[in-house]
Amino acid sequence: MHDDATPFTHQPAVEAHHEVHIDWKTYRWVALILFVITVAEVWAYYIPGFSATRWFVPMILILGTVKFAIVVMFYMHLKYDAKLFRALFVGPLTIAICILIALMFLFAKMSIHTG
Amino acid sequence: MATAVAHAPEHKHYTSTGLDNTKVAIWAFIGSECFFFASLISTYLIYKGHSLVGPFPHETWTDPATGRLYQPILNIPVTSFSAFVLLMSSLSMVLAHSAVLRGDKKYSKIWLLATIVMGTMFLCMQAFEFTSFVHEGLTLQRNLFGSTFFVLTGFHGAHVAAGVLWLTTLLFIDIKRGLEPRDGINVDVCALYWHFVDVVWIAIFALVYLIK
Repeated sequence: MHDDATPFTHQPAVEAHHEVHIDWKTYRWVALILFVITVAEVWAYYIPGFSATRWFVPMILILGTVKFAIVVMFYMHLKYDAKLFRALFVGPLTIAICILIALMFLFAKMSIHTG
Repeated sequence: MATAVAHAPEHKHYTSTGLDNTKVAIWAFIGSECFFFASLISTYLIYKGHSLVGPFPHETWTDPATGRLYQPILNIPVTSFSAFVLLMSSLSMVLAHSAVLRGDKKYSKIWLLATIVMGTMFLCMQAFEFTSFVHEGLTLQRNLFGSTFFVLTGFHGAHVAAGVLWLTTLLFIDIKRGLEPRDGINVDVCALYWHFVDVVWIAIFALVYLIK
């Protein structure tokens, strides 16, 4: 009985022993890109001519999504880690975003006038 | 018996998937946190623009009863700086994790401390923001914006505070006995939580502060 349990306990799959090592140079570039995107977001906010256009909101959403994806892929090393972790994060995130969008559409159809 | 002793210092508990169950647990927790913050963000967005009385986030408002003029309440320069600080704390967190894996005891302490300092700076700026909002007349009960804003950013701040406490315990352990490469998983789990708190702020910063 004990011998049957041993393989799982002491000889885990190769994937488990795979420690993710990303070098300092990659981390530095990621930080720089995140900084530049944040500056671009704030810069766009302060341009009245641009922030009033219909391009402003999509641009902020895209830049925010890029920042989100970069942090998740490189700092949370989901790009290099096991597929199960990716499923545990991306699955609930996708459902949550779908619920958020569905609620936005639902409430946009309703008139809410409470103070 | 010999095998068990040989593997004991690794402090790793593998599931039948071959993955460390601590990491599986933290990713499952982060997945559940996605639902939690999505519910708060969707509540904010649903009620956005439906407040009947000011102050408002991006517009001026004059109170008809008192004639008092309320300026747009969000302080974008301060929040941009706090967003930058939290992003940089993610960098120091990955460097702390990397130092622990290398067995570099000096830099593991430095980067852990840097992350704690930046997390505390973020909390201080949030406390400043909340205090100034209350002084300017925006409270939890004032309007829909106040209710949804304080609940959303307040819960995020509570998560940051929990992260700072977690990091402080890691730094305390590092000072007390030194974090070894075999402790990498403990730092990794804390780092994943910290980065998640950072990505939530990326979403809040874009949706609450920048989009008018």
